[in-house]
Amino acid sequence: MTDVLMDLPPDPILERRRVIQETASKKIGRRQLNSRILSGVFGLTLVLSLIPLVSVLATLIKRGVGVISWGFLTHDPIQPTLINQNAVGGIGNAMVGSLVVDGIAALVAVPLAILIGLYLAETESRTANFMRAITEIMTGLPSILLGVFAYIYIVLTMKAYSGFAAIVAITFLMVPVITKAAETAIRGVPHTLREAGLALGARNSKVSRGVILPVAAPGLITGVLLSLARAVGETAPILLVIGISGRTDWNPFHQMSALPLDIYQDSASGYASQQQEAWGIALVLVVAVLVLSLGSRFVAARMRREQR
Amino acid sequence: MTEESSSTKTRLLSRDLTGGIHPPVKSDLGYWLSIRAGALIFGAAIVLFVWSILHQSLSAWTSHGIHILTGTVWSPSTSNYGALPLILATLITTAVALLVAVPIGLGTSLTIIFFLPQRLKTPITSLVELLAAVPSVVYGLWGLFVLVPWMNTTIEPKLASITGGGFPFNGATNGFGLLLASIVLSVMILPTIVAISRDVIAAVPHEQIEGALSLGATKSQTLLKVVLPEARTGIFGAITLGAGRALGETIAVAMVIGSNPQIPKSLFSTGATLSSTIATEFGEASGAQLAALGALALILMVITASVNAGARTLTRRALRGHA
Repeated sequence: MTDVLMDLPPDPILERRRVIQETASKKIGRRQLNSRILSGVFGLTLVLSLIPLVSVLATLIKRGVGVISWGFLTHDPIQPTLINQNAVGGIGNAMVGSLVVDGIAALVAVPLAILIGLYLAETESRTANFMRAITEIMTGLPSILLGVFAYIYIVLTMKAYSGFAAIVAITFLMVPVITKAAETAIRGVPHTLREAGLALGARNSKVSRGVILPVAAPGLITGVLLSLARAVGETAPILLVIGISGRTDWNPFHQMSALPLDIYQDSASGYASQQQEAWGIALVLVVAVLVLSLGSRFVAARMRREQR
Repeated sequence: MTEESSSTKTRLLSRDLTGGIHPPVKSDLGYWLSIRAGALIFGAAIVLFVWSILHQSLSAWTSHGIHILTGTVWSPSTSNYGALPLILATLITTAVALLVAVPIGLGTSLTIIFFLPQRLKTPITSLVELLAAVPSVVYGLWGLFVLVPWMNTTIEPKLASITGGGFPFNGATNGFGLLLASIVLSVMILPTIVAISRDVIAAVPHEQIEGALSLGATKSQTLLKVVLPEARTGIFGAITLGAGRALGETIAVAMVIGSNPQIPKSLFSTGATLSSTIATEFGEASGAQLAALGALALILMVITASVNAGARTLTRRALRGHA
């Protein structure tokens, strides 16, 4: 009985299944190897994209830290001459210039952008959609175009380069960025809150000021700080309109200087001391930008926690 | 579903009450007007902005005509204003920058979403975002003092030996030029590409990924054959947005491209882009040259505005598709 069974040819279906399993397991091995290799390649791209950041920061620290001192931050620059090639003055004029230009630009841009943000978030019309599209496209336009704009309207009209023209360009640059952040933040406020305010008999203006904006504040502040971080580093529009001044001057209707502009000009200089100065300013600028962008996260997170 | 539609209804209703298109009640008139005034001011400023650049370039178009777009010589000293060399350099640097940044950016997004452990995701994402925070002029400085020597002694000779000194890696090497500008640009647009592509890739429905995995696809196969195709509209949006950045980037390019407005013969040659020419020549320009620079600004504005509008349409469509 058993012998008869043993003599039977192997079950073709079982045989087939065995072959399939063998090939499959071979193939699975290869596919998994391929997958591992590709995962490695993906990981490599992440490393590659972090290398420039590391390199930039390392160079900044290596070449910039030695330059920084209290005098460097507050004094006016000294032009190197053939006799005094190693003259390193300071960047007091550029610090004041950046502070005045970006500060005033923010003072103008923030309220305007919040109004536009309220408009975009609270109305639904073709005009609003069109405005939203235009605002977003403005965010991506090359900043140098705003320099050309400020040159044509301010510099040519007033027949003088001035910090004021730079303020106009930078304001124009900041408004779309803050508007976008404001609209997103305002849309994120639960509608029930506004309705509760209205049901209590408050006017829309009162509800916006007293309810909507405070709740949207973390997002607003993030937007403002991020736009400031971007504005502080902008060189191209300022280059066209600010003129240049080697003296500390708080009057925005005079020619001024600005931190990024000084880097641009020092980098083209043949003097080693000027190039060194460029790295010092770059370090100051990057620290300022990092403080602004990290600060925006910190403030937003903290305010969100308090609101809860 | 019913809950969602009822909330849309309340929202519409309260929109009607709160300064929507309907005329406001009297006490709200001030508010109704002020938010519109803000939008109106900015709208007017944009109209002025576009008009100023049109107006500025008007005399250049009337005196040179289409020659501005097609002329092959840009030489202010001989009053030759042909922007073709500048347009070419702008397009070439952007294309090369995309060739470098797109694969690296997509790989980075996929790694962040699918391979990093949960607790590393946020810090690594912030690091990549930091790349966007570094000002353009600092990238220029870095390119000038760190990359130029490296390109000059290592990268350019190597590339030249690969092609045997053939196109596009031919000609004299000195570190500066289109290739360096492209590399600096690729670093600058990388965070844009990563940020947008990360959003659209993360929006790919989980069912699709799990479906592919359950059918026996490996992780990489799933990423390449399911996730990337599914997210392609948004990825094109990310690429287009990156292209917009690269086309308009000014200062960093002006610092490393060599400011030589000639038709580039290879990636090693120096050149000048639309925006870098505006930046470097504006200070000393007057009269006809200023008008010609205005024409460059107009060309730049038309190109970048259309590219950005395209990017906006693509990313919105992609994110809406999965919402």
